[in-house]
Amino acid sequence: MAHVVGAVTTAHVPAIGNAIAKGLQNEPYWKTFFDGFAPVHTWLERVRPDMVVVFYNDHGLNFFLDKLPTFAVGAAGEYRYGDEGWGLPEMFAPFMGDPAFSWHLTEALVRDEFDVTTCQEMLVDHAFALPMSLLWPNAAAWPVKTIPISINTVQHPLPSAKRCFALGRAVGRAIQAFPADLRVAILGTGGLSHQLDGTRAGFINKEFDLMCMEKIVYDPVALTRFSNLELIEQAGSQGVELLMWLAARGVLGDSVTKVHSRYHIPISNTAAGLLVLEP
Amino acid sequence: MALRPSVRKDKGQSEEIILASPTLPDELATPVFDGVRAQSGYALNKMCYSFNDAKNRAAFLADEDAYCTKFALTDAQRAAVKARNVLELLRAGGNIYYLAKLAGLSGLSMQDIGAQQTGVSVAAFKEKLLAAGV
Repeated sequence: MAHVVGAVTTAHVPAIGNAIAKGLQNEPYWKTFFDGFAPVHTWLERVRPDMVVVFYNDHGLNFFLDKLPTFAVGAAGEYRYGDEGWGLPEMFAPFMGDPAFSWHLTEALVRDEFDVTTCQEMLVDHAFALPMSLLWPNAAAWPVKTIPISINTVQHPLPSAKRCFALGRAVGRAIQAFPADLRVAILGTGGLSHQLDGTRAGFINKEFDLMCMEKIVYDPVALTRFSNLELIEQAGSQGVELLMWLAARGVLGDSVTKVHSRYHIPISNTAAGLLVLEP
Repeated sequence: MALRPSVRKDKGQSEEIILASPTLPDELATPVFDGVRAQSGYALNKMCYSFNDAKNRAAFLADEDAYCTKFALTDAQRAAVKARNVLELLRAGGNIYYLAKLAGLSGLSMQDIGAQQTGVSVAAFKEKLLAAGV
């Protein structure tokens, strides 16, 4: 049977892509951030995942306001990174999917009353591609298959923290029920505190972030009681991306071991959190 | 931060973190992009979404007025686009993720538009971000 080897949660801001495209990883501004991934690479060599389920939020690449799903599961054989309007060079090889797993996951989630949208064609944006690139920076080809799960954070109402955590739990059950010997890693991308829009732009809340990074390891249920407006007030408009961390954490079950943790301010307008957890 | 020490532990083993009620009184301080905004800003956001395609970016830059007409922007949206005024764009129903594409093709970074919205220099805005880590 398939099983979960662990989860990585990380920031995904577009500026990381710019830094990668220009080779700035060792510049003083970026070095601390990129160096934080060395222990992640060591961990990945140890746990050797075959597949990564990625919880991320689309920022207006694959989805527009004409049709905007709350939860969308990729069911394609391949996912490509698309131009998000900034004309970055083509940096990423196509990501391999696994339609059989996607349909298994969709069957299990809908049976579990998560009525997801399925996507047989799906462009993936920076929130998917950059964390993959941070995990495997020098791979000629991606060493894993991928399953994108997009969570709406564009247009309110967004799904609640509690619901995203429960989605993660349902994904965990689905993985364990998949009848093939697969090693599955989970990736939750976004956050931590940041705000791009409004007269409060540039808002960062270190104290709240550090509390969340502690709680999500040992008592994630405490974080699921926040409303999205509370999250926005405490972590900034886009700090609500903590939802992706909670979904990823939900997959792992009640008790986890923290393998690695890093918190760095700022990259672009964002407080960058990084966690590696094992079930 | 409006975090107070938590005191209740009666929900299983999970601690209850007590926050002050969210107070988001000024909608331009921390905009919440809800259905009302999504409706009023639809044309503007649709135009910005089109900028995912390089051909459309070029068409916009070649003739902004004609491009805005094609997407039937309101007068307020057109004026805000012309001025690249982010607070006005938000007021006109713009969503920051779509507006980021307009900012990008206009050569504006997230720090540039952060400085613009908060009324400080870009250097001062970057300084504020650095200071948040101390």
